Amino acid sequence: MDASNAMLQRVEEIIDSYGCKRENIIAIMQDIQAEYKYLSRETLEKIAEKLGIGVAKVYSVATFYENFSLEAKGKYIVKVCNGTACHVRKSQPIYDGLREYLQLEGKQKTSADQLFTLETVACLGACSLAPAMTINDEVHAKMTPESAIALLEDIRRKEAVQNA
Amino acid sequence: MPECALTRTQFHLLQTESKDLLAAQKLKVLVCAGTGCVANGSMKVYDTLKAACETRGLNVCVALREEGGENSVHLKKSGCHGFCEIGPLVSIEPLDILYTHVHPEDCEEIIEKTLLGGEVIDRLLYHKDGQAYQRRDDIPFYKLQHRIVLRDSGKSDAEEILEYIANGGYSAFEKALFEMNGEEICKTISDSGLRGRGGGGFPAGRKWESVRRNVSDVKYVVCNGDEGDPGAFMDQGVMEGNPHSVIEGMLIAGVATGATEGYIYVRAEYPLAVKRLRIAIAKAEELGLLGDNIMGSGFSFHMHINRGAGAFVCGEGSALTSSIEGKRGMPRVKPPRTVDKGLWAKPTVLNNVETYANVPQIVLNGAGWYRSVGTENSPGTKTFALTGNVVNTGLVEVPMGTTLRQVIYDIGGGIKDGKKFKAVQIGGPSGGCLTEEHLDLPLDFDSLKKVGAIIGSGGMVVMDEDTCMVEVARFFMNFTQNESCGKCVPCREGTKRMLEILERIIRNEGELEDLDTLESLANTITEASLCGLGQTACKPVLSTLKYFRNEYLAHVVDKHCPHCNGRKRHLEINPKLCRGCGKCKRNCPMEAISGELRQPHTIDVTKCIHCGACWGACPFGAIDAIEEEG
Repeated sequence: MDASNAMLQRVEEIIDSYGCKRENIIAIMQDIQAEYKYLSRETLEKIAEKLGIGVAKVYSVATFYENFSLEAKGKYIVKVCNGTACHVRKSQPIYDGLREYLQLEGKQKTSADQLFTLETVACLGACSLAPAMTINDEVHAKMTPESAIALLEDIRRKEAVQNA
Repeated sequence: MPECALTRTQFHLLQTESKDLLAAQKLKVLVCAGTGCVANGSMKVYDTLKAACETRGLNVCVALREEGGENSVHLKKSGCHGFCEIGPLVSIEPLDILYTHVHPEDCEEIIEKTLLGGEVIDRLLYHKDGQAYQRRDDIPFYKLQHRIVLRDSGKSDAEEILEYIANGGYSAFEKALFEMNGEEICKTISDSGLRGRGGGGFPAGRKWESVRRNVSDVKYVVCNGDEGDPGAFMDQGVMEGNPHSVIEGMLIAGVATGATEGYIYVRAEYPLAVKRLRIAIAKAEELGLLGDNIMGSGFSFHMHINRGAGAFVCGEGSALTSSIEGKRGMPRVKPPRTVDKGLWAKPTVLNNVETYANVPQIVLNGAGWYRSVGTENSPGTKTFALTGNVVNTGLVEVPMGTTLRQVIYDIGGGIKDGKKFKAVQIGGPSGGCLTEEHLDLPLDFDSLKKVGAIIGSGGMVVMDEDTCMVEVARFFMNFTQNESCGKCVPCREGTKRMLEILERIIRNEGELEDLDTLESLANTITEASLCGLGQTACKPVLSTLKYFRNEYLAHVVDKHCPHCNGRKRHLEINPKLCRGCGKCKRNCPMEAISGELRQPHTIDVTKCIHCGACWGACPFGAIDAIEEEG
């Protein structure tokens, strides 16, 4: 069985675990995304089929909510908090610094080596640790552009060792 | 009628048992497990403490029902203390010690000196102005607070239902269930004057009474935990630190209105809150405090959790219910109101986290007790998330009517790095800013409304003298514009145009008439938008235009903002380096430079537009940019 079939089978299991109920579509998509980091076209079609609704309906929900991604993401998802408290404690230079470090251009969010996806998030609720940043949901407090880049460099180094 | 899992008598036995167990615990160590402390590494402290205690042969107990014997330490993960700045926090009872900035390397010493020796480690205490504070409640940050909603946060184990019961938990629910009818509960809530803590300040009792009177086969209780305001984390603190108080409040709302299903909608950015609530619900179900025929009363209640998916607009009532139904979270026209047609078009009680968390204490202690705190029209307390350029950031709870000065200076410790206070943005993207002249204003629903701000959910971002208020307005407009759901034109198009104008002004490319356009657009958007998001989206712009118009003028007229562009500079020719070649004079488009050939030239600052043409033309590097004072 190839990877795509295995994925669709897992998607079906997830939908079944919610009893194929239409009202659970958001939870279903959250669970799928938690495993695969994004929602592929085939996934959306499978959801539509299993829940008995149009693909357009599924697409409309998937695109409405910020958390859903229709594109594949990197192994590490880096989110720089851009809530008010982080903003006034200078989170923007962190985001800009990371963009430069990852050599992201235009609308590009994922680094060329598919290791990192850079995003912003509207308030993590860790305002007293501002500016904050998460790497795969682990919160890092009181960041500076330099310390943020150092964290990413660390991960790159570890990944390189593992792959060697 | 299905058999009940827990009879009333069994509940009473459970209360006594829990109280006894809690009282029997001799040595308690509570490691803060709020989002802030966890990010600072408190779980590593927890693990190190556990391992180190065990190697020393101490019996470590983590659950209330564990009998530890003589040599035992009860290690707990507590909810957020609120003073995240000084975390990770560890408190030790009954010695009443609060240790701050605790790291794994400190654990051995804590066990050796404090747990075994009963000695206080001065280095780990909170220090301020040369004084060390051993007790948490003596620290100025806590001393002036009045904690009702956050009472148990930091003091008890957030994942242990028996501890909640030992502290009087679920007895308000029991009272509501057996000693009061729906009408009486609604009347108590109405009499207490409890107003919705989510922003609107609508009287909760009136809402409940409307749902109670509505006749329907099914009714719902929904809790809005979609705390989306950037810079606010009060509800997160409650859900993580005391999840059962929210569940109990919702259960009481269920008894009062005849609703049997409860939904808690939590934003996805709060994974820890979701986890704690899930544990809390599972434990309550296991004990029989949730489910069918609770305590044999015939009342059934089932609870569900929905995770948001990153849409701020879902904090709006009708958008939230439509999101629970699995649709795009877009608001609809009202009426019908949520109390008449809410979730799945059934009568629905919709309140926010903090509102529900107040309910058990009101039912238990009575409306009169609640009214004794706060002001006449805004009784009770309010939690605020104090952040930004303030010394002590964190979660605070104060009686309504406390002044801004008390919160920022007495509790918050004043402005960071000795700078001057400029403004505080309150109520997030739907709120306005308050300035120095408002410092002695009492914080309550009505006083703030009068000056163009709102309490909102309670986000309070302090800004110092270096902050550009136009940039603050742009930041919030950027946020609301991003979060506009796009259903109605005024909000969708209007916020976009306003953002464009603000961006233009920030780049010093704005015109004076842009300010009028901003005001006129703001009024239209406020009047014509469909939901609260659009209706309040322009408040940050309007209030900064009102109180900080001079900063807009700096961008528009002077084309120079001292905060964004640094100190004002002017160009000067250094007479020692100038040879009088005249190149600068020829290149100046404003004819601002004068001087005789081979004599030092001068720049007329009143004509100069800082274009830099002279600087580029000068072969001797004689043109300097001089920073002006002030």
